[in-house]
Amino acid sequence: MEHAIEVKNLSKQFGSLLAVDDVSFNVARGEVLGFLGPNGAGKSTTMKMIAGFLEPTHGTVSLCGHDVLDDPIGLKKKLGYLPEGAPAYGEMTPTTFLNFIADIRGLQGHHRQERIKDVVEKINIEGVMDQPIETLSKGFKRRVGMAQAILHDPEVLIMDEPTDGLDPNQKHEVRTLIKAMAKDKAIIISTHILEEVDAVCDRAIIIAKGKLLFNGTPAELISKSKFHNAVSLIMNTNQSSAAKQALMNLPSVKAVEFEEQKSGMSQLLIIPEKGMSIVATVSKLVYEKGWEVGQLRVEAGRVDEVFRDVTLGSAEKLTEKEHLS
Amino acid sequence: MKNIKAIFKRELRAYFSTPVAYVFIVIFLFLTGIFTFYIGGFYESDQADLTPFFSFHPWLYLFLIPAISMRLWSEERKTGTIELLMTLPVSLTEAVIGKFLAAWVFTAIALALTFPIWITVNYLGDPDNTVIFVSYIGSLLMAGGFLAIGSCISALTKNQVIAFVISVVICFLFILSGFPLVLDFFSGWAPQSILDAISSFSFLSHFNSIMKGVIDFRDIVFFTSLIGLWLYLNTLAIDSNKAR
Repeated sequence: MEHAIEVKNLSKQFGSLLAVDDVSFNVARGEVLGFLGPNGAGKSTTMKMIAGFLEPTHGTVSLCGHDVLDDPIGLKKKLGYLPEGAPAYGEMTPTTFLNFIADIRGLQGHHRQERIKDVVEKINIEGVMDQPIETLSKGFKRRVGMAQAILHDPEVLIMDEPTDGLDPNQKHEVRTLIKAMAKDKAIIISTHILEEVDAVCDRAIIIAKGKLLFNGTPAELISKSKFHNAVSLIMNTNQSSAAKQALMNLPSVKAVEFEEQKSGMSQLLIIPEKGMSIVATVSKLVYEKGWEVGQLRVEAGRVDEVFRDVTLGSAEKLTEKEHLS
Repeated sequence: MKNIKAIFKRELRAYFSTPVAYVFIVIFLFLTGIFTFYIGGFYESDQADLTPFFSFHPWLYLFLIPAISMRLWSEERKTGTIELLMTLPVSLTEAVIGKFLAAWVFTAIALALTFPIWITVNYLGDPDNTVIFVSYIGSLLMAGGFLAIGSCISALTKNQVIAFVISVVICFLFILSGFPLVLDFFSGWAPQSILDAISSFSFLSHFNSIMKGVIDFRDIVFFTSLIGLWLYLNTLAIDSNKAR
């Protein structure tokens, strides 16, 4: 079966700047894809091309079989899109704004009323329906933008930073909403917030300098961390230097990091060789030596570290190349 | 058609949900009054016609129409709503036409509100009402021409002030293209046929001929094709500029 979103060899050139460089990926129905990348990496440009706002310099985009160049109107009918910053007509109220969108989307009669009511309830904007949008808080503006994007119950939903500028409760609401809609839609969201990827996305893509650098599940992403499967021990400081020595000698241990904490305790972070699990050998050693251990925990890994690694790593490689040439 | 209607409705409502519409209409009526009665010498001319009223329309429009048209696309670009509009299932042509029609109908409303002057002249004398009616149509067509120019220019910039100033300059050239001010610039080197073509672009000469009460097919074709041309340029301007 065809994918709901198919992006092939997509590139965008702005003058001498190659903003997006040969990016390809697919998104199936029922899948939430997270777009990660530093600012100016080409995330928004890619989304704008998928949404049919910018024309690709090279490559193709198709949503549910509608090609962005051959059938832009057909593509846009299938799509709900929340642009970055959730722009809306400031002098309109959410009521008039959603009715305008309903006009354009061709929603009529009973179905139209039903959809507007449904979306307003889901997004939780009943209280502000008759205030001009320009007077609303950032959180409400964002929600009005989301209401607009899902009004026609689109098969494909693309949202550029849907949780940017929201407070933690609102972020949670938006994530819950995205998960609830994920069943029958193909969804792309872009974000800076790394834990969001773990919280809502089935798959993550990292883009930096216009290039696609990673495409996999959040679990795969986190397993790239050097802290993946690391073991952290909290123990008495006067035992810890001996312990550090002993731990270093264990097989598969790559490094041991030591950090003093308050009230005479220290934390030891034992980092394994790539792909190895060391929790069994570490706990056996702890048991044999009879150390007083306050806490023993296996680290999942640190997404922010992987993110830095992947995005900055590519930058370093690029400068290396430049040196060579 | 459905999309044009939706955009038209939204746009026209936007005029009236801000003070823009009311300020514009009041100023327009005030200025037409001043021009007609004081500068135009409506009473002194002792003629039962509205020539003093209509003959100042090109000059009024020169400043007032760009004030309406400047926000049409600049504002969309500035606030980023153009990205929203262009990712809805709407074609560029539909969006351009919908917005233009809203601005045009708004101008028509302002123009229609000058009706007391028509009543006044009928009360004072026995004017040729056909001439007056035809002049109203001509005035509206000319306003459409100005609006199409202004709409296109506003698509070129995010800055409404720049859009206003450039629109005024271009409209000014179109008003005067039959006059020495513009023609002298070309007369040194351009052949006569080009000079004729340029002078035929003059809003003033087309409007003056309509004001005589004769609707010439050529004048209508002139204004409608001018509107069509500038709106077409408008779509090109958006297409090449929307991302910046």
